[in-house]
Amino acid sequence: MEPILQVKDLHVSFQVKGGEVKAVRGMNFEVGKGETVAIVGESGSGKSVTAQTIMRLIPSPPSIVKQGEILFQGQDILKKSNKQMEAIRGKDIGMIFQDPMTSLNPTIRIGKQITEVLIKHQKMSAGEAKKRAIEMLKLVGIKNAEARFNQYPHEFSGGMRQRAMIAIALACRPSLLIADEPTTALDVTIQAQIMDVMKDMQERLGTSIILITHDLGVVAGMCDRVIVMYAGEVVESGTKWEIFKNPQHPYTKGLLRSMPRLDQKKGEPLIPIIGTPPDLIKPPIGCPFAARCDKAMKVCERIDPEATVFSDTHLARCWNLHPMAKEVHPNE
Amino acid sequence: MVRYIANKLFYTLISLFILISATFFLMKAIPGDPFMSEKKVPEEIRQRLMEQYGLDKPVFQQYIKYLGDIVQGDLGISMKKINQEVSDIIGQTFSASLKLGLVAIVVSVIIGVVLGLLAALYHRKIIDNITMVLAVLGIAVPSFVLASLLQYVFASKLHWLPTMGFKGPLYYVLPVAALSAQPIAFIARLTRSSMLEVLHADYIKTAKAKGLSWFAILTRHVVRNGIMPVVTYMGPMTANIVTGSVVIEQIFGIGGIGKQFVQAITSRDYPMIMGITIFYGALLMIARLVTDVAYGLIDPRIKLNARKEG
Ligand SMILES: Nc1ncnc2c1ncn2[C@@H]1O[C@H](COP(=O)(O)OP(=O)(O)OP(=O)(O)O)[C@@H](O)[C@H]1O
Ligand code: SF4
Ligand SMILES: [Mg+2]
Repeated sequence: MEPILQVKDLHVSFQVKGGEVKAVRGMNFEVGKGETVAIVGESGSGKSVTAQTIMRLIPSPPSIVKQGEILFQGQDILKKSNKQMEAIRGKDIGMIFQDPMTSLNPTIRIGKQITEVLIKHQKMSAGEAKKRAIEMLKLVGIKNAEARFNQYPHEFSGGMRQRAMIAIALACRPSLLIADEPTTALDVTIQAQIMDVMKDMQERLGTSIILITHDLGVVAGMCDRVIVMYAGEVVESGTKWEIFKNPQHPYTKGLLRSMPRLDQKKGEPLIPIIGTPPDLIKPPIGCPFAARCDKAMKVCERIDPEATVFSDTHLARCWNLHPMAKEVHPNE
Repeated sequence: MVRYIANKLFYTLISLFILISATFFLMKAIPGDPFMSEKKVPEEIRQRLMEQYGLDKPVFQQYIKYLGDIVQGDLGISMKKINQEVSDIIGQTFSASLKLGLVAIVVSVIIGVVLGLLAALYHRKIIDNITMVLAVLGIAVPSFVLASLLQYVFASKLHWLPTMGFKGPLYYVLPVAALSAQPIAFIARLTRSSMLEVLHADYIKTAKAKGLSWFAILTRHVVRNGIMPVVTYMGPMTANIVTGSVVIEQIFGIGGIGKQFVQAITSRDYPMIMGITIFYGALLMIARLVTDVAYGLIDPRIKLNARKEG
């Protein structure tokens, strides 16, 4: 599959008083055309920073991209001027945020918040934009779209607002949609509806999606591939089935045990991963998971593990998975 | 919206009624009467004066009559300026006070908002620091101190501006500066913190993610929302400027209501004091009402509350 987005060895830091927070430390991944890729990982693992760096939304300072490339349709996003970036945001890449209650401007009518993006990128007249915006509202499942067009965000429920956000993000039919925990702030019943809307829109428009989520049910329901992040790195990535049925990295296994699943047997307990992620101002030189890993060996603390490849799509970074490990522990 | 305004209007009228009653009874509670002065007035004449002003009647009857008169716009007759209606004196002197006050309000809002916005945009930079130091000074120094200082430096010493009077644009500069300093400082701080909050709001990130230019984000999303707290401050600011102008008019010899008020107090002109107090009260309440309505107009969330109330 031809990739629409390639993130190569991306390093992002924040300059803070105590030093440099190394939030993203060598991310590598690709998103294919029409593909949905999930990014999962604990809080603070760098998911949002990665997502917002792709959109160049994080102000610099305090953020600095230390190294790496973000190739979007073959061109490096990090080399674009601000003006070129404005032309990409909202048009070629759309974004949805976590909290629909605060992501819409409370003093501007919903309709105008959609037409704004159409007028900017599609050079539509106000009338054309309005027609298209109402169309979008209908597509994301908002009934009575003509009347809703003139309402303010406070007249929308949380789920309705997130639908409106989807309408804004997809109004210009971008080729990539980044959704950063789009359902976390919503009621469980609404979550499923929002995911359905996203899936439906993806089928209509053929958009690629990067979906950041904590919800493995959501991953199972709509993603093709999964990227597991830990302390600013990809520790494992693979197709949905490779990750669910055949997880390799101890962190991925722990994550799967700690998160609720749809196929969960009744009474099966959730086992949290003990401990906390490392301090990203002084990240460990070895495997970042070493302090919490029950399989940790001496080498883990000294050298960051290399990636072990299991298939074209499946890789993980752990010394225990490394071919050399078999020689050290023949019994495992 | 109509219901919202009606609601506010209703409360304004009630407050006004309470103010009038309180003023009336407080004046009655002051020991002695208006005709007690250094010179002894013969009992006979005093009696006649009391009758003329209706002061011989029972207090409650006087109260009812006073209320009735006010409804017709009659605030009584001055006791010191012979045969002059209080409402006429207010009418004649109000225009000077109004001009001064309006100019001070407009100047305060424009300068305060611009300074606050700049401070927020250049957060923790030099402009921000200078503005905030000035703001602290502006809030700390009372307007009459500033007025005397400005008058001394720019009028008496440097002769750049006139000392007294109110005859042309140049005469506005010093009194307006004195009156506006505090509101400017306050508005600048208010605007700064509210703009900073808006700049960090999620919906600004959304606006950026839409690909809007920084200028469009600023004008369409930031300024409009960041200015709302300033609108709520319009009421208190009017109060600040109105009360400040009482002394400022005196210092710069401007023939406005403030000057009349001070004169009325020093000469124990009871109807005048009451009339101006009530006039000031009504003015402030109207300012509040206008503020509330303006806020309802710019913040769509307010309308909903009013609808829920109704
Ligand atoms: N503006 C900032 N200044 C300093 N550090 C930051 C800043 N933004 C993020 N970080 C740090 O970067 C790291 C990654 O944060 P990020 O928001 O990407 O986490 P996340 O994976 O999205 O977590 P969550 O699931 O809670 O959303 C965190 O350690 C965070 O403290
Ligand atoms: S490299 Fe070592 S510490 Fe890291 S996950 Fe593998 S076994 Fe655990
Ligand atoms: Mg996040």
